[in-house]
Amino acid sequence: MPHPVPQSRRIFLQRAGVAAVAVAGGSTFLNACASSGGGNTDDNRGERTDENPFGVEATAPLSVVIFDGGYGDEYAKFHQGLYNEVFPDSEISHKAITDIRQQMQPLFNAGNPPDVLDNAGAEAMPISTLADTGQLADLSELFAADALGFDGMTVEETLNPVAIESGEYDGKPLVLNYALQVYGLWYDRALFDENGWEPAETWDDFLALCEEIKGTGMAPLAHQGKYPYYIEQLLWDLAVKHGGPEVAYAIDSLEPGAWEHESMKLAAEAIAELKSKGYMLEGTEGLDHIQSQTAWNEHKAAFITCGSWLENEQKEVAPEGFETTVSPTPLLDGATLPFDCGRVEAAEAFIVPAKAQNVPGGLEYMRQMLSKEGAAEFTKLTAAPTVVDGATEGLELTPGATSAIAIIDSGGDNNWNYYYNKWYTPMEPKIGSAVAELAAGRIDADEFVSRAQKAADEAAEDPNTVKRTRSA
Amino acid sequence: MKYGRYPFVVGFLAPGLILYVLFVLSPFAQAFHYSLTDWTGITPEFEYVGLQNFEQLLNDSIFLRALRNNAMVLVFVPAVTVFLALLFAFLLNVGGGATSAGVKGIRGSGFYKLVFFMPQVLAIPVIAVIWSVIFEPTSRGLVNSALGQVGIGPLGFLSDPALALWCVMWVLVWGSVGFYLVLFNAAISSVPREIFEAAVIDGAGRAATFRKVTLPLLWDTVQTSWVYLAILALDIYALVAVMTAGPGGPDNATQVMSLQIAQNGFNFGRAGYASAMGVVLFFLTMVIAVIMLRISRRDRIEF
Repeated sequence: MPHPVPQSRRIFLQRAGVAAVAVAGGSTFLNACASSGGGNTDDNRGERTDENPFGVEATAPLSVVIFDGGYGDEYAKFHQGLYNEVFPDSEISHKAITDIRQQMQPLFNAGNPPDVLDNAGAEAMPISTLADTGQLADLSELFAADALGFDGMTVEETLNPVAIESGEYDGKPLVLNYALQVYGLWYDRALFDENGWEPAETWDDFLALCEEIKGTGMAPLAHQGKYPYYIEQLLWDLAVKHGGPEVAYAIDSLEPGAWEHESMKLAAEAIAELKSKGYMLEGTEGLDHIQSQTAWNEHKAAFITCGSWLENEQKEVAPEGFETTVSPTPLLDGATLPFDCGRVEAAEAFIVPAKAQNVPGGLEYMRQMLSKEGAAEFTKLTAAPTVVDGATEGLELTPGATSAIAIIDSGGDNNWNYYYNKWYTPMEPKIGSAVAELAAGRIDADEFVSRAQKAADEAAEDPNTVKRTRSA
Repeated sequence: MKYGRYPFVVGFLAPGLILYVLFVLSPFAQAFHYSLTDWTGITPEFEYVGLQNFEQLLNDSIFLRALRNNAMVLVFVPAVTVFLALLFAFLLNVGGGATSAGVKGIRGSGFYKLVFFMPQVLAIPVIAVIWSVIFEPTSRGLVNSALGQVGIGPLGFLSDPALALWCVMWVLVWGSVGFYLVLFNAAISSVPREIFEAAVIDGAGRAATFRKVTLPLLWDTVQTSWVYLAILALDIYALVAVMTAGPGGPDNATQVMSLQIAQNGFNFGRAGYASAMGVVLFFLTMVIAVIMLRISRRDRIEF
């Protein structure tokens, strides 16, 4: 903030101009190196063989950029080793970064992107914009190729269906979401055993359990209120398990009145009830993920909303003997889906840019990632399941990973997912705001539903939003 | 000018001018250009959409909310910061009253100067993190545990829409006062002591000295500070981005224009629209700077 002391009014106004640039911020700075140049789409392929289905040039270099976040980048080095076993003469450049957008955006603009990019984290580039503007290579070839380590199966046959569904834009597979994330209510198994508690399967039992937990002086539920995404997961799971996946299809398709669905309203009432009955950790609506998850690790709250990265994220903080475990969301009265399922999301979006120098190499790299060996190593290193079904068989896993994989398996076809937040990015913060107000008890279920519907209607009417539809 | 001076002068001016054109003027021109397009910011392709982005801005409820919040900050932050900085600078220099040795500041003024300046050496994100912790909404929070002693709270400083913006503004004031204190301090030091002594001899109290002597003599500096603070108030990106829920929340209570520019330009892939916001912000900044200078214009006092 230190400003120099100006000598005269004129310099002053000049500087006011300079400061306006600083204020106008990134957008103008970005422009300095903005749109220029085309790209190299020249596809030099080698001979296609059974071992080399995409016709990779054996000596072509491969550049890989990995998001160095919760999963680290050790797994990627392993995958690169697998690639080099097949193509020992290929030089691989490995880059692990966290500010994906800042570093990759200029490369995409200049038509010089890497061959494989893990577009993940808070600084990821908007994936639907990349897809809509033709920046992503078609992965059909990859999914139709033979899977490595699974005899006689194609890659597609080895994957959880959500991997294909989540990567499709306008019917074309463009994104490989590699990791599976399971959402639910997380608790400490050891604490529950000690107190003789059992996660409830119905909403009434859940409320009774909350009352009992509250009686011991512990808060029943914490959430990462600074980021409404977390408590939004509980809302969604309650609603979809009550009304079925059609609730999510309608919302994702921006159908009129989709948020006003009975099930969404009941779910919103349930969230409001948790707040009004005092079952939420005091102040939790103002805590960030670190503060709230630490409070939960300290047994200030029994449950917390989160996805399956939680155990890995908290491993430095969780005390000895803490058994991070996930329970499926309890069922509201009249639920159509069974208890033992939940939202299973494929995340960690790997892409091969359409303008990459070595597109076939990128596809082959992905095939190595999806091999039985490659996927198992990822799970071993990160405690997170991948979209490759059956790659974790026989692995010794932590309680968190075990319970998350149990939901993936038991839920099967009942597991569900939503996409509106990735498809209509400007809509997400509006929904987030409304969810946060609901969870803080400042608006009721009716107002939540009408605010959410208004945000959806705005997205539907926005000429710059590409509308997508989903159905069973 | 003598022969040989022009190359000399040009040699000094050119590098600065070139950098200025390259990194200030050209991005400006480009931002104006992109504000008329539907550029995503990701691909090199775009189409011209005329003034559609600006039209859309008029109906963007979140942007209008951001504009209102920026206006709030613009009203309160410069006023409070300048007032506090002036007051403290006065106390540190003249507040001790007159003795036989002349006018001096209150006791320990050197120490206070250091303390006030301290926030200035911290990076803004660091300040934001420190204050987020101080404002923790549970009873373990620093402010809340103090309030708890007198039976209030705990309050959700940053999670209550009615309080959040005030808390952010307070942190901005806290972080800025030290710098302006030092600025005013230097200005006061350059005023001849005799003027203050004359005022004291004439029987002026502290308040009268401040109002009638210190303030008029420092007017030029105050005016300068005013414009800088106004620009600061139009930004406050870093504080809001780090401290608030969302960020910009709760419920857009702390939403500001700079945050909207970043969100649209980067998260939503709408660089053209974000450029339009940047253009609006540019004109607002210019207009406000001019207005601030106009309304605060007074005759200069020579000494």
